[in-house]
Amino acid sequence: MDHFPTNWGRPRNDAFDAYGTYPISQRPYNGPTTDAFSDGIQHTQQPIVTGTSVLAIKYKDGIMMAADNLASYGSLARFKDIQRLHPVGNNTVIGAGGDMSDFQYIQALLDQLMIEEFTEQDGHSLGPSEIHEYLSHVMYSRRSKMDPLWNSLIVGGFKDEKRFLSYVDLLGTTYSASTLATGYGSYIAQPLLRKAVEGNEDVLTEDEAVKILEQSMKVLFYRDARSLNKYQIAKITADGVSVSESRSVETHWSFAEGIRGYGAQTQ
Amino acid sequence: MTSIGTGYDLSASTYSPDGRIFQVEYANKAVENSGTAIGLRVKDGIILAVEKLVHSKLLIPEANRRIQTLDRHLGLATAGLLADGRQLADKARDESANFRDSFRSPAPVKYIADRLGSYVQVYTLYSSVRPFGISTIIGGVDQDGPSLFVIEPSGVFFGYHGAAVGKGRQLAKTELEKLKLSELSMRQAVFEAARIIYLVHDDSKEKTFELEMSWIGDETNGLHVPVPKDLLAEAEQRAKAELEDFE
Repeated sequence: MDHFPTNWGRPRNDAFDAYGTYPISQRPYNGPTTDAFSDGIQHTQQPIVTGTSVLAIKYKDGIMMAADNLASYGSLARFKDIQRLHPVGNNTVIGAGGDMSDFQYIQALLDQLMIEEFTEQDGHSLGPSEIHEYLSHVMYSRRSKMDPLWNSLIVGGFKDEKRFLSYVDLLGTTYSASTLATGYGSYIAQPLLRKAVEGNEDVLTEDEAVKILEQSMKVLFYRDARSLNKYQIAKITADGVSVSESRSVETHWSFAEGIRGYGAQTQ
Repeated sequence: MTSIGTGYDLSASTYSPDGRIFQVEYANKAVENSGTAIGLRVKDGIILAVEKLVHSKLLIPEANRRIQTLDRHLGLATAGLLADGRQLADKARDESANFRDSFRSPAPVKYIADRLGSYVQVYTLYSSVRPFGISTIIGGVDQDGPSLFVIEPSGVFFGYHGAAVGKGRQLAKTELEKLKLSELSMRQAVFEAARIIYLVHDDSKEKTFELEMSWIGDETNGLHVPVPKDLLAEAEQRAKAELEDFE
């Protein structure tokens, strides 16, 4: 029995006031007073602003990496001037695909880590392998809290005359290889990189390495709808870290005229 | 020491009838027993130098540093109880990290000095704690260029062009006053700092000491790092030579 007289003689569904008798605010509300979910913790369930592939290869003098400057909002090319290759210290670069806000969080995390190491003033600094190990623990611990940092990261570096190249993703999975690619690049560019690099890691010159990455970035721009023809190349050698200015490759789209089946052609 | 036996010097939470807090004044005595520390604020940077008294030959050289790094752009030198200096530096690192977290930019030197000043002052309020037995020189380079502060056991802090704390501070201050600090380059200031530390060191009372020096500024890309070994050696050599001429 509904004991509230103002509810008598009304439709059971009061979501709309069928008779327009009372303003909704004056009607008593008998439903739950709190939203059981509002105090709950929201975990990341999907990336929002995303970056696409990162490519990385070993070559004679060290490691070379490439990533474009796009941060997409779904299928919208939202930000076109985002740097996705981030130097950490003097021997390491991390490249990130996936959620860009999570990537920015990771940057702040590593910055503080490097400061803590710097303040020790003990003559040691974190190199690429330590940074990769640290990141893998962070990523795995977050996935274990069911709240992952939604990224796939490539850590490249050169320290103590050794090249370092390794991968870690939102699950905490890690692996190393002489060529690495994240996201769409792992399907499209990885085979090209392997063909060009495997077996030649100690032979490839800087110019050749740049050419290989340029070619792969071009193919990715043709094939990956979330990519941008504006990218940066980072190299990490015995001389330290350098990230290039943004650059692009020449592409030709005349063949697209012949494509039928998409878009607004009339026949 | 008129304060002794009056009963007003047992607690930091009690004033004496003429309005003094003796525990804070005793803390200053702890500072006066320590080797001198100086800081120079020059045109394009900061120099910190410490006369670290070595009480045993068995100690490893360069152990027990009295200059500490707080952040990339911040350094701190203490005179007084070494362990109190460690505690304060830890606190300063926390503050600097918190500022970075909140504002995504390096903390201004003045902000850190302010926070540390407040922290030190709190230790003058309660009978259950003792005031910090250190005077702290904090130097750094921020958006507005180089700046230098001294925090005393009472919690007060002042900005300086040149600062000196510890045993030989009086003489060091007179020497600092003779310099045109705002016209010196960082390199020149390193030589001057070494000279002053060697000058204020009292051979007759203290046996040995180590000169500890760090700098922050254009020469170091804004990083707080120890003065390079070769430059430090050159500065020490010059300081010794000048001292012999003087004598």
